[in-house]
Amino acid sequence: MTPVLRILIPLVILLALVSLALGPAGLGLGESLRALVLGGDGPAVLVMREIRLPRVLLALMIGASLGLSGAAMQGFLRNPLAEPGIIGVSGAAAFGAVLALQTGFAALFALALPLAALAGALVAVLLLVALAGPRGGSLTLILAGIAISAMAGALTSLVLNLSPNPYAAGEIVFWMMGSLADRSVTHVMLALPFTLLGWLLLLRSARGLEALTLGEDAAEGLGIDLTRLRWQVVLGTAAAIGAATAVAGVIGFVGLVVPHLLRARVAGRPGRLLAVSAVGGAAMLLAADIAVRLIAPDRDLKLGVLTALIGAPFFLRLLWQMRRARA
Amino acid sequence: MSAFAAVSRIIGAALFLGAAPGLLAAGNPPKRVVSINLCTDQLAMLLAAPGQLISVSDLAVEPRSSAMVEEARAYPINHAGAEEVWLMQPDLVLAGGYTSRATVSMLRRLGREVLEVQPAYSLADIRDRLARIGAALGREVRAEALIADFDARLEVLRAEVARSPSAAIYYANGYTTGDRTLAGEILMAAGFSNIAGDMRGGHLPLEKLAMADPEALITGTPYPGASRSEAVLAHPVVQAIRDRRASHPVADRDWLCGTPYVLQAVEELAIFRKEIE
Repeated sequence: MTPVLRILIPLVILLALVSLALGPAGLGLGESLRALVLGGDGPAVLVMREIRLPRVLLALMIGASLGLSGAAMQGFLRNPLAEPGIIGVSGAAAFGAVLALQTGFAALFALALPLAALAGALVAVLLLVALAGPRGGSLTLILAGIAISAMAGALTSLVLNLSPNPYAAGEIVFWMMGSLADRSVTHVMLALPFTLLGWLLLLRSARGLEALTLGEDAAEGLGIDLTRLRWQVVLGTAAAIGAATAVAGVIGFVGLVVPHLLRARVAGRPGRLLAVSAVGGAAMLLAADIAVRLIAPDRDLKLGVLTALIGAPFFLRLLWQMRRARA
Repeated sequence: MSAFAAVSRIIGAALFLGAAPGLLAAGNPPKRVVSINLCTDQLAMLLAAPGQLISVSDLAVEPRSSAMVEEARAYPINHAGAEEVWLMQPDLVLAGGYTSRATVSMLRRLGREVLEVQPAYSLADIRDRLARIGAALGREVRAEALIADFDARLEVLRAEVARSPSAAIYYANGYTTGDRTLAGEILMAAGFSNIAGDMRGGHLPLEKLAMADPEALITGTPYPGASRSEAVLAHPVVQAIRDRRASHPVADRDWLCGTPYVLQAVEELAIFRKEIE
């Protein structure tokens, strides 16, 4: 086990316990854990098993997906600014989900919603990889990302504004900023299959990403099938981000900050960074979800607000460093 | 409707017929009234003399929000835009307290009289709003008749209650309303005790709803098209309360606006209370 995981895994467990103990119902820690494990039929069991447990599970799953796909995209594009939220992949996934919900496609079969989000994310990742592949450079990636984000955001707003439902337009904020409030076990089950598929694909790209640090020719010389690697990263990101966004909206910057903080801990190796970023992402999203509930207990402060407040200055610092490195 | 209420309505109508001509001659009532708010639409339709009200807003013909769709179909529809309303050359515009500031000030700048009517926050407010709009339209007698009828019907509905079952009002986004709101007063008049207590509207966390475990859950009726806000009403916790306890939907049109139609909501909820006792 990487030494950094020995710190991160206990941290995730601790944060998960704090998250389980936190809520307006005012249950004691012992009481809440007893209700969670032993069950029964009181309201405390309902609160623990149907409200708090799904929230913690979703924070774990989605945080891991964000950290993992951020690390994979950065490794594959060899660009530290790649992150599903910033470059529009999550935004496109949100558009897919909103379109499926408003057209009624989401009601046709159980996995229709995450599938539609996956399709949206896939279009965005394909566009990005085509426009700013490994040789595309930072500027192309960011500009393509801005265009895709803007387009996806505008289309999402359009669909929600045209909805016959008076509440839909107010939900633009949820889709743009993300939240885990009042999600249920249904949402966990909805996100789980594509999340696992995405993780599997991305984790298996580890060897390819390591080889890619030597350049494309050298990687091919080492027996890496670059086309296969590209599809692994593209499909893995689309599946993980699609599933995450379908149930929680767009949560930006986790995939940027986490791999960056942990890169030095794995000696800059993109393959080893994957699993570490997944655990780190889970820790960060759990912490953010605890923070939104502490800051504004009754107001459903959006997760993306917090991650952007932490992540955006970080992003600026990265740009600053890149500028200095070039000078 | 009870027999008493029917009788009081007829008496109210008779009073109105007898007194109306004298009143119209007395003041200088507006002749072209345009309403641009769902609640003033309905109050104006109840109060205005034939031909006095020339347009109501588009929401008045929306069956989920409006209790007077049939009546509203007889009027030209406006979309609460300043330009459109001004072109109708009204001598009085009825707007809600939350009507766009830009629209109201634009109409005033163009020299139109605008009466802003705050939403009703209680059953008593309904009487006040009837009286205010009645006065503005020069229809005081009609307003008095409607108020008397409203009082009489409410008195009948506020029957003796042996025990008030606990209830929670739970809308989209986990919004609830306490005793100091119109919906809260309707719930109280129907004989329930509201778990939200003596408060205005606010967010009721799902966890608190689960812990309070109310005997009855009063929800809104869902709108077409999907929304995440309404998805919370299908959350397993809400479902569990529905399954173990009882749940009753109240359509927005029955209590969104403070009009005498809220008595239908009181009546409906009182019947629901008797069912679960």
